[in-house]
Amino acid sequence: MIVELGHYALIVAFAVALAQAIIPLIGAHKGWRDWMVIANPMATTQFLLIAFSYSALTYAFIVSDFSVELVVNNSHTLKPLIYKITGVWGNHEGSLLLWVLTLTLFGACAAWFGGNLPASLQARVLAVQSAITAAFIAFTIFTSNPFTRLASPPFDGTDLNPLLQDPGLAFHPPFLYLGYVGLSMSFSFALAALIEGRVDAAWGRWVRPWTLAAWVFLTIGIATGSWWAYYELGWGGFWFWDPVENASLMPWLFAAALLHSAIVVEKRETLKSWTILLAILGFGFSLMGTFIVRSGLLTSVHAFAMDPERGVFILMILAAFMGGALTLFAFRAPVLEAKGVFSTVSRESALVINNVLLAVSSFVIFIGTMWPLFAEMLFDRVLSVGPPFFNMAFTPFMVALAMVLPIGAMLPWKRGNLSRTMRPLWGLAVFSVAMGAVTWALQTGNSPLVPIGLALAVWVVLGSCADLWSRTGRGDVTGRLRRLTRLPRADWGKATAHAGLGISVFAVASLMGWETEDIRVVQIGESYDKGAYTLTLDSVDRVQGPNYTSTMATISAERDGRHVTTLYPEKRFYPIAGMPTTQAAIDYGIWRDLYITLGDPQDNGGWAVRTYIKPFANWLWFGSALMALGGLLSLSDRRYRVAAGAAKQPRGAVPAE
Amino acid sequence: MRGLRTLLAAAALAFALPAYAVEPDEILDDPVLEQRARDISAGLRCLVCRNESIDESNADLARDMRLLVRERLVEGDSDTEVLTFITDRYGEYVLLRPTTDGINVILWIAAPVLFLIALGSALVYLRRRDTAPEPTGEGLSAEEQKRLQELLRD
Repeated sequence: MIVELGHYALIVAFAVALAQAIIPLIGAHKGWRDWMVIANPMATTQFLLIAFSYSALTYAFIVSDFSVELVVNNSHTLKPLIYKITGVWGNHEGSLLLWVLTLTLFGACAAWFGGNLPASLQARVLAVQSAITAAFIAFTIFTSNPFTRLASPPFDGTDLNPLLQDPGLAFHPPFLYLGYVGLSMSFSFALAALIEGRVDAAWGRWVRPWTLAAWVFLTIGIATGSWWAYYELGWGGFWFWDPVENASLMPWLFAAALLHSAIVVEKRETLKSWTILLAILGFGFSLMGTFIVRSGLLTSVHAFAMDPERGVFILMILAAFMGGALTLFAFRAPVLEAKGVFSTVSRESALVINNVLLAVSSFVIFIGTMWPLFAEMLFDRVLSVGPPFFNMAFTPFMVALAMVLPIGAMLPWKRGNLSRTMRPLWGLAVFSVAMGAVTWALQTGNSPLVPIGLALAVWVVLGSCADLWSRTGRGDVTGRLRRLTRLPRADWGKATAHAGLGISVFAVASLMGWETEDIRVVQIGESYDKGAYTLTLDSVDRVQGPNYTSTMATISAERDGRHVTTLYPEKRFYPIAGMPTTQAAIDYGIWRDLYITLGDPQDNGGWAVRTYIKPFANWLWFGSALMALGGLLSLSDRRYRVAAGAAKQPRGAVPAE
Repeated sequence: MRGLRTLLAAAALAFALPAYAVEPDEILDDPVLEQRARDISAGLRCLVCRNESIDESNADLARDMRLLVRERLVEGDSDTEVLTFITDRYGEYVLLRPTTDGINVILWIAAPVLFLIALGSALVYLRRRDTAPEPTGEGLSAEEQKRLQELLRD
């Protein structure tokens, strides 16, 4: 009964979405106020309906209602409760419903918190958003209905893919979706602005928090996914340049470009049409990502729904929204004339360079990802484009980005003077290069990877500090320190996020350049050395888990004769799904991770054991967390709570830049 | 639906196993040769897996290919000769690093060319902004100007 109600709510939501996509548009065009404001309660209704529908599906999973086909295929009575809940989105149909839920959530937020928007703009934003929702609900209902019943329900389900029964992966998709779908808000704002025919500073200010939120969610989503791959897949890789990973990186890069160019629109009223185009492309690449995952067009480890019919449907959604948006853009963009005049040496120019680097690097990933498809269809060549290509083609852009970042971040708006901006930075630049040189001299081997990564990281992190410090004005140190604590949160956010990028760059370089590996056969009781550690394989035991059996090794690690830690690498087998998985044992540390996986038993009674030392691995997650935190700080800045900010003027605040 | 599940299981299987990729008994005694073998394997695709190199994969085919690479290296082949040997047998598809011949040239020059085009357009745009006349601020009505000030305050 509850499942039917959920199904029904989904269908009603579809009708509401269609109405909301049309009525407010007419209202805004004709200037009928009541037709415009109707969008607000409709957006709330849609959200409530979908939330109910989603809860109904979750309920079916929790009580293991095996008359629902989706539950049978993805759940089992013995599965832990948390994975029954996360299992709702661990499959195509359920994840699509989650996608729709986030779409309506964002739409509802625009209705709840968009009270300070001009009525016509808000109506148009909600209408566009609702059109996207309608398309995706249609996709859900017609090609991937999660509520399909079975005539003769089985006694038990076939369990969720064991790889997905993991906390890291359980929370990776929702964040990613919040990010993807958050970009739909920027898209809706862009389209609404094109229909209105005007983009001004206020528009830039409204669109930025949405983009920032989407970017923060994408950052968290990508980082958790990467962390999951690191500890779950068994050899500690964190990025594979898999089509699906690329599909999330491309919108991330576009979102980063967009949130920087929206600053220019907000402060200086230029780069308007470019910002609109970025907003359209950002969401376009999100849809493209969905298309890649859902269609199985590009073979990928993630593709859990490979179905041409679904692929065609998504392609139609993509074509309709991108085609429509770009056509509208072509007609309306010339209307959006730029206002601000600025010199070639200025913050504006630096942000243009930022946008060039981010957008082009994203396009390069796009070309690399799609190239096998082009080559096969047009030139009949079956080939692969793998990590070697992406590393080579993508890295230079990030190096260039890190090099210009500290300078660009400190250039003044409108008209800058390069030598004046560089004055406090020269010392840092020299120091960074010196750090890189020392590292190069001290390390074993000749790879320039880590020295360059370290130099860039030091440069970016110290540059962020210098940027913050320069914002405190002149005077004695105590006065400046006091002002430092009163800087707008956006300034702190900017410095934090930039420093996070620097730290991540270093971590990536050190993982790629300094990781060491050891593969050997170890007898039980035998010890071996790896780096500074002496490892002993104490025992290998059979262990019974809730819905799996496990072969678990006990390995103790010593350093200089002192016990450091005991590690328990496992090989699990999930009998219901009939799948083995590996559980690496990791001793996390500030300077290194000790990473051990257990292999097969050998003929002579020993076990294959792989031991890795992964230097500074944690810094990658720490850097990503800093980036997300920077975004959140910036998001919490008073300036985005426009109404609140106008109400109480702060005393003695440092003026926001 | 059953076909889908089988596919899924197959995909997951190929994905779940790589932990035991390079086996201890495969490793060559000569560390220099072994390192070359590892570097070459990292650039070769496992044909039955999803987007994995033979260095990371546990599939039997990947193991055969790893052994083949090592065999050729022990015979005294250069890296290029090994790659040619493998490509002749398994086709261009095994190369994770695409070749630079024929149409692939476009792929390889895409990054620098796109960058130069984008940089060029950006510079032209920046020059124009630099020399554009100062706007008069007439775009907004007095009321809008006031609202904007309100919004931008703080």
